[in-house]
Amino acid sequence: MSNLYQEHILDHYSSPRNRRAMTEHDIYERDTNPLCGDEIAIYAKTKSGTITEASFLARGCAISQAAASMLTETVTGMTHKEIKLMGVKEMTDILQLEVGAARIKCAMLSIRTLQSGITRYEEKNGASAS
Amino acid sequence: MDAITLAINTESIRKDFPILRRTINGKQLVYLDSAATSQKPRQVIDAIKSHYENSNANVHRGVHTLSQEATETYEAAHEKCAQFINAGFDEIIFTKNATESINLVAYSLSHSLKKGDEILSTEMEHHSNLVPWQQIALAKGAKIKFAKATEEGLDLEDVKKKITKKTRIVAVTHASNVLGTINPVKEIGELAHSKGAVMLVDGAQSVPHMPVDVKEIGCDFMAFSAHKMLGPDGLGILFGKSELLKNMPPFLFGGDMIREVKLDTTRFNSLPWKFEAGTPNVAGAAGFSAAIDYLASVGMDNIREHEKQLTAYCMKRLGSETDVKIYGPRKRTGLVSFNLGKIHAHDTAALLDQEGIEVRAGHHCAMPLAEKLGITASVRASFYLYNKKQEIDLLASALEKARSVFK
Repeated sequence: MSNLYQEHILDHYSSPRNRRAMTEHDIYERDTNPLCGDEIAIYAKTKSGTITEASFLARGCAISQAAASMLTETVTGMTHKEIKLMGVKEMTDILQLEVGAARIKCAMLSIRTLQSGITRYEEKNGASAS
Repeated sequence: MDAITLAINTESIRKDFPILRRTINGKQLVYLDSAATSQKPRQVIDAIKSHYENSNANVHRGVHTLSQEATETYEAAHEKCAQFINAGFDEIIFTKNATESINLVAYSLSHSLKKGDEILSTEMEHHSNLVPWQQIALAKGAKIKFAKATEEGLDLEDVKKKITKKTRIVAVTHASNVLGTINPVKEIGELAHSKGAVMLVDGAQSVPHMPVDVKEIGCDFMAFSAHKMLGPDGLGILFGKSELLKNMPPFLFGGDMIREVKLDTTRFNSLPWKFEAGTPNVAGAAGFSAAIDYLASVGMDNIREHEKQLTAYCMKRLGSETDVKIYGPRKRTGLVSFNLGKIHAHDTAALLDQEGIEVRAGHHCAMPLAEKLGITASVRASFYLYNKKQEIDLLASALEKARSVFK
């Protein structure tokens, strides 16, 4: 396994960006990591199918926390469609890390949770209204 | 000095385990995850290989030489396993794993479960001894209760209180896979029987690590798995008292579990085959026999003593660090669950892996217990007959490196 604990990961872990609850939000989704029971909640505001603001609250390991922090920075300004297409490659690109099979669940928890949140939002409001 | 004080000759045992020679991330492998699965000695690997190279055939199905040899191998494993835990030949059923063994009992007993009946389990169970009972209770309108567990162990007063006239099944782990607690299963069994309930013991963490005698314990069922006791994956064991198994309906239907089939009805096979539908894991059974031989040659008392010494040393070594929180009681099986400061268990385990040290991190398939301890995850170092004190020293120094990353 390559070194997971590089400086930028530890930086996002110790000083997470956008780590807060959002009282007024369009999207809110909560999930847990089956590997360890860690929890994450993602909040976002959206306008015309584009995320305008994202934040999170989480309890978890350095990889899942750093991933959530970096994700909230990345997705701001992205369309729902673009976000829904994000997979393992996009997330590891954001993290600038090779994440092994065991820890990929930690890296993917925040993006999968946001994607579920977007889907739920679109089901409720219609994809056109998003 | 260590080799003299330890109960068994670890150095000579280690030579039998090919995997222990490999390196991880450029470091000598230190395998401290035997509670998840044990490593396999050459003798077990050779027995599986030899079966496929010399005797492979289906069992109970042919008159040809190979089928007879395979059948003998397969049945001999049942006999060996029966002797190992002091059971009868017809009381040993081979399944896929300990989880399937528990599901077999849960499913089969659920047919006679009525609304209002009660099942008692505990808060320290592995999910495998919790979810099957929870689900049959939901399906049958039965009530599931959980005896309280603390870090020190099961609350026996609470067990006494919760076993009632309505209790039909008591399902308790012999040894906790998180805390290492050894439960007084004999006493709990007596309580269960005094109210007319049957008792299942999850032996997954006890049978591989200490002498276990099902007659002495007096339990009705015990589940465990070969892979945690030097044997191969894909072979679980269920012990059941024959007088109970005789009257229980089968769990799976198909070939080998039948005596006579007509289009509208089937007469089932005798024990234990009634509960073993389909082609079984014959090569696995060959490996399992070799595993039991290996354990018996070292001696289960010696293995228990060896693990006691390692565990005491580990608790002393890690316990002297102010930022290490160890969970569980003093008297325990060969495992130590802990957390290092505020570092998440996954991060600690990943950093240990970089030093070649393989430990488990997570909720260890016991989420309700983790919640009770107020944690989401912990690191678990677990020991077996091939571990040595020096490996605990390596663990302690690797923790120092983990601290420096998160300083």
